[in-house]
Amino acid sequence: MKEFLEGSQAIAEVIKLCRPGVISAYPITPQTHIVEGLAKMCADGELDSQFVNVESEHSAASVVLGAVATGVRAYTATSSQGLFYMAEVLYNISGMRLPVIMTVAARSISAPINIWNDHQDVVSLRDAGWIQLHAEDIQEAADLHLIAYRLGEDKTMMLPVMVCMDGFILTHGVETVNMPIQEEVDKFLPAYNPPYKLDVTNPMTLGPLVDPDYYMEARFALNETHKEALALIPKITAEFAKVFGRNYNGLIEGYQLNDAERVIVAMGSVCGTIKEVVDELKKKGKKVGLLKITSLRPFPAMHIYQALKNIPKVAVIDRALSIGSFAPLSAEVKAVFFGKPKRPKAVSSFIVGLGGRDITKDSIKEIFRLLTGKEKQGEFIDLKPELLKESYE
Amino acid sequence: MSKTLFNSGHTACAGCGQSMAARLVVDAAGPNTIVVNNTGCLEVFSTKYPESSWGVPWIHSLFENGAAVASGVESAIKYLGKADTINVIAQGGDGGTADIGLQALSGMLERGHNILYVCFDNEAYENTGIQRSGLTPYGANTTTTPPGAGAKSMGNIRYKKPMPEIANAHGIPYVATASAGFPQDLQRKVKKAISIKGPKYIQVHSPCPLGWRHETSFTIEVAKLAVETGLYPLIEYEFGMISSRRQIIPKPVEEYLKVQGRFKHLFKLPEEIKKIQEIADNNIKKYGLKVEG
Repeated sequence: MKEFLEGSQAIAEVIKLCRPGVISAYPITPQTHIVEGLAKMCADGELDSQFVNVESEHSAASVVLGAVATGVRAYTATSSQGLFYMAEVLYNISGMRLPVIMTVAARSISAPINIWNDHQDVVSLRDAGWIQLHAEDIQEAADLHLIAYRLGEDKTMMLPVMVCMDGFILTHGVETVNMPIQEEVDKFLPAYNPPYKLDVTNPMTLGPLVDPDYYMEARFALNETHKEALALIPKITAEFAKVFGRNYNGLIEGYQLNDAERVIVAMGSVCGTIKEVVDELKKKGKKVGLLKITSLRPFPAMHIYQALKNIPKVAVIDRALSIGSFAPLSAEVKAVFFGKPKRPKAVSSFIVGLGGRDITKDSIKEIFRLLTGKEKQGEFIDLKPELLKESYE
Repeated sequence: MSKTLFNSGHTACAGCGQSMAARLVVDAAGPNTIVVNNTGCLEVFSTKYPESSWGVPWIHSLFENGAAVASGVESAIKYLGKADTINVIAQGGDGGTADIGLQALSGMLERGHNILYVCFDNEAYENTGIQRSGLTPYGANTTTTPPGAGAKSMGNIRYKKPMPEIANAHGIPYVATASAGFPQDLQRKVKKAISIKGPKYIQVHSPCPLGWRHETSFTIEVAKLAVETGLYPLIEYEFGMISSRRQIIPKPVEEYLKVQGRFKHLFKLPEEIKKIQEIADNNIKKYGLKVEG
């Protein structure tokens, strides 16, 4: 059913359809509208969940950890500093193989304090062992949550999944969204029935001390499961298409790549802007395209290689930094080609839209224009040079 | 010996007060119990993979989040409609409870979860090598409050954080202190606590022969002396009011201090021992611990 919804409201509605037994969150902008929506549903009796108002994000993550370990589906959402405050628990959740599902309203990191969108929070947590899916628009964000539960709770996975949606742009933006109905969701997403849980009729010890004789194998297994997720994600998105009629690859999405000579690689809502620019430039006869990365973890290296190996010039857009090194997404995309028979002539790296600076169509056109020249390394777009002149000397 | 839910074969030190207290707690609670454990000695010595001492479902996540994980477990049980049949116990050491875990514990108490939180108070970060915590008593020698050469330092200069009173200030229905030296009293308090709905807090004085430097055969005796000198009052609060206290014929604090290496340096500083006697005297007065007549 088509509805005109704020992104946060769409996510809250979809989470309700997933029937979580426990919801726990701590307020942080721009995540708040999602959990406010869920709290209202619980208050109105529309949603039969235990809503736990905690004193911090560290405890929000710990509450959902405990709930999922007890065999109950759970949900949380956060952003920015909240995600960082959870970080210790997030590594613990993946290591304990508990399929917690979380929305991250992607936001910049302090200092300077800034509440607007970039990807520094989520990208910094890329090694936490969670599957990390990035949405382009509200429809995809809503659908990725259904996919996330199905994927994470698969008995071959038992992995937590974070669905990343750009703060404000997608959480507070309004779009027409094709909302699923309960019968469809129930068909696609079976009740949570984990192979292990805290159960007084079958006592188990979860989270024991593991010494050097066993630790490495546990970490190896976690890493292997991420590789297996690369094969499972497209299978689950194919099933999703059968039930809901919307097609996602779930790993990457190519846009106008067939004869493209210049391609931008990006994640999140900026992909919508890039698609518009691609359409405009195509009309003028320019051979340009987009490769959208949906799954940052697991990182679909082979899929990216296949999509880009014959493209002469590639630009990777990063909305986060790895201070003192290469921009994180660009480094990973470049690594895909090392030792491979084919590779683009140039893989340029651009930093855009930090702390909510608008990425306009002109910003994207500038990147396509710069791609005609020499390979760029970590080039900032839309920087204001006049602000860089200030000094304490 | 009857069947226990905390089996032997674990790797605790000889004379470990915490291992005794932990067994007494879980056995008093019974098999319909889920235990959430903070990181610490107890977690380390009882669950080294692939072995476990625990006969109940047991989970460990991190150092400071046991109270929050337990909140999730309890919420899940409520969702499943099993809240009336399953007990949830969160437990940790004094550091995981009163220092790094205080925020999560306060949240758990304030939200009204039906959980018993048990703090095994061995008065320092014993697992990492006897560093000072907020529950380390005045004057104690720890590796981060060492008595210095000459008169520069006499050990820990701060008084124990009043955790039972902090817990009680949350307006919860039950708070108690207990001791590994009084097993029946401890088990009675655990049983009482789980019979009451809502958040409960029990703090169990648990001697650590390694950190306190007393004879391993002397654990129970040391625990008893702490109570009998007035330094570790055994009290119960119900709905904010003191409902019981263990009364004593007070012994001088030297009897407790002299059997532990952690206080040995104080015997060169009589004014410090006098201060510790004042702590005991204040407790005796404040809680009415002295047997009358």
